Amino acid sequence: MLRDITLGQYYPEESVIHKMDPRVKLGGTVLYIISLFFMKNILGYMIAALFLGLVIKLSKVPFKFMVKGMKTILMLLMITVVFNLFLTQGTPIVTFFGKISITWEGLELAVFMAIRLSFLIIGSSVMTLTTTPNNLTDGMEKMLGFLKVFKVPVHEVAMMMSIALRFIPILLEETDKIMKAQIARGADFESGNLIQRAKAMVPLLVPLFISAFRRANDLAMAMEARCYRGGEGRTKMKPLIYQKNDYLAYAALVLYLIISIGIGRLTLF
Amino acid sequence: MGIIKAKDVIYEYMRRDEEGNVEGITRAVDKVSLDINQGDFIAILGHNGSGKSTLAKHMNAILYPTEGTVWVDGKDTREEEELWNIRQSAGMVFQNPDNQIIGQVVEEDVGFGPENMGVPTKEIWERVEESLKAVGMYKFRKHSPNKLSGGQKQRVSIAGVLAMHPKCIILDEPTAMLDPNGRKEVIRAIRALNDVEKITVILITHYMEEIIYADKVYVMDDGKIAMQGTPREIFSQVEKLKSLRLDVPQVTLLAYELKKRGVDLPDGILTTEELVGALKQNRKG
Amino acid sequence: MSLVLDHVSYIYGEDTPLSMKALNDICLEIPDGQFIGIIGHTGSGKSTLVQHLNGLIKASRGHIYYNGEDIDGKEFDKKKLRSNVGLVFQYPEHQLFEIDVFSDVCFGPKNLGLPQEEVEARAKEALAQVGLSEEFFTQSPFELSGGQKRRAAIAGVLAMKPQVLILDEPTAGLDPKGRDEILNQIKKLQTETGMTILLVSHSMEDVAEYVDRIIVMNQGSVMFDDEPREVFRHYKELEEVGLAAPQVTYIMHALKEQGMLVDVDVTTIAEATEEIVKCLETLH
Repeated sequence: MLRDITLGQYYPEESVIHKMDPRVKLGGTVLYIISLFFMKNILGYMIAALFLGLVIKLSKVPFKFMVKGMKTILMLLMITVVFNLFLTQGTPIVTFFGKISITWEGLELAVFMAIRLSFLIIGSSVMTLTTTPNNLTDGMEKMLGFLKVFKVPVHEVAMMMSIALRFIPILLEETDKIMKAQIARGADFESGNLIQRAKAMVPLLVPLFISAFRRANDLAMAMEARCYRGGEGRTKMKPLIYQKNDYLAYAALVLYLIISIGIGRLTLF
Repeated sequence: MGIIKAKDVIYEYMRRDEEGNVEGITRAVDKVSLDINQGDFIAILGHNGSGKSTLAKHMNAILYPTEGTVWVDGKDTREEEELWNIRQSAGMVFQNPDNQIIGQVVEEDVGFGPENMGVPTKEIWERVEESLKAVGMYKFRKHSPNKLSGGQKQRVSIAGVLAMHPKCIILDEPTAMLDPNGRKEVIRAIRALNDVEKITVILITHYMEEIIYADKVYVMDDGKIAMQGTPREIFSQVEKLKSLRLDVPQVTLLAYELKKRGVDLPDGILTTEELVGALKQNRKG
Repeated sequence: MSLVLDHVSYIYGEDTPLSMKALNDICLEIPDGQFIGIIGHTGSGKSTLVQHLNGLIKASRGHIYYNGEDIDGKEFDKKKLRSNVGLVFQYPEHQLFEIDVFSDVCFGPKNLGLPQEEVEARAKEALAQVGLSEEFFTQSPFELSGGQKRRAAIAGVLAMKPQVLILDEPTAGLDPKGRDEILNQIKKLQTETGMTILLVSHSMEDVAEYVDRIIVMNQGSVMFDDEPREVFRHYKELEEVGLAAPQVTYIMHALKEQGMLVDVDVTTIAEATEEIVKCLETLH
């Protein structure tokens, strides 16, 4: 069912990683992803794996939750692997139909790409699983705060994002319910050609949009009733202030970058 | 003057057709006057479309009267510079529990109001803690609101208003979408606010059993106040309530039917104990 | 012609760490023409149960038979089942989508592939059955009042001419008069057509007057399944699971404790009035 989607879900736990400033986690995730694309050998990936493993261990989130996010991109992963495997020039290992061949270089690239993508997904999962979406938007708001100078409504965008995140599960559940109700009235969402299927969506989409607008209207009223008037003059319940641990994390991150990229770029073979 | 006072309030809105032309004017609130004392528990009853929710929205300046005046804590709701003070002193809880929770975590939602008011961080935490404790939701403070039951969500919404330290809370059909257990929890929480925290409560509802504890009841129909009085006075007029699309608790209805059959009973019986006691008297007499 | 549930269980997210048993070994028989109330609080499994009856959810274990045929059998026509077992969801007005009430009601029969004439005839009949007169046919469903919207939505299912009609909390959010009007309309429908009706509710008081049989659900199992008066005898057990018998049951028990010789099994106000009056008369 639709509500089984877990990508971007927060896993409540009291850990060092959970308590870390979201800016560290955001920056760390971005840097980690960049580091993955700089590596050229197995040793580098081993260091990356070690680092990731350590962070997961510290986060106390069960490993199976990390891998859950993988399912959604499994298809993408396979396609990437297949493309790399067959379309890379080099020394052939096997050749099909005398034309298409798997090469050593292709194999290497495919394996590295699979590792990269998996680490990338797991790495970002660590961030989303240990940071509440609110906290995350707070972090983004603060990191991108300098954009306010250029009249970018940073606070408003961050608020919209966090509201959207809160309503995604509610709207998914609603979609599920409306779909069932229309199926009970004989609607068919599964068969027919593209145009028929698009037409079949009308009984689902109209009620869904109406509901979304009604909710948006209610929410706006509720926010106003609770004195919301934009970012101006607002205080924070959980203000972002760097703690000792956050500086330590930054140091660890820099250390990791130097070692992994340093070693990862050596040509050993 | 009480905490909330309305004088000859009229609210009209225009109905428009598809092209946006005015089709007609609907008067949702029609010359309503009321005066609510600090610390009271007030219930406003009425069927769907009687104008009770529209009236409620005037009490924290979400709507403004077309004619007449509403004062909240002595301030005219039309004075723009007082808007945020008014919304702070008269908090509002709405019907749909899902559409009024902003935070992703219970405690963050409760902190939303104080954040908007510019309360210092340390004090926000204190307010969140005491508010969640007042509605019995403190142990859920780290939970996601999506995982709570309807009654729990509404208690979180109440805590969210409570954290703004209002003098008065207006609840617009807070139990309409809940099951009986959820309704009970929410009503218990509301009564505690009134009894313990001495906050003025204005409860808008169409469930009759929820108003038994009110100090005063207003019944609305067609935008007007059709009846007012203590719950006992209201419940003694069974026929009138029925004509206003409302009903009475089974025990009151039973007492009323018995009276019609010539059994000697007092008017407006509200609880099982009262009825049983009165019938016992009857047997002796 | 009937519905039979044979040891039906349903497990959410089976084979995952978060799996949860929503229904536990349910055995029920629903003969034709009965008016049944299914009572339970949120999470008791009552909504999950009714979604099994028209094949929207497939049982994890056990079998469901409609007129003797297994609804999960290979040959079985699920689409036909959905027209025979009509299901009206909670807040059904949230599923209205057409430009006018009449077209919306036509949606169901049109999906059955019926000829246009038949579709329109059915829509008219269904709208009459819920008490919506012709002046509403051309109105947008979004401009109706809450109670009217709900009627229109119920008509949308009735137009499929189901033999069994299931209504999930049809009175949620309505005011007392609106609630009575809908329930009376459903009762009338049942008497006139002899349709089997299952009314899902969390309020004993609401259904006590109308139904022949009450099925009480608790934690995914059937707790009681009997005539209302028999079920209400267990008012203390009902209370333990967060449900309550109608107030009148409590009153009668309290009177009996006080030594009045009243029949504690009465379920409606009218019956209770008679009982008490009779009891007082014999005293004087």
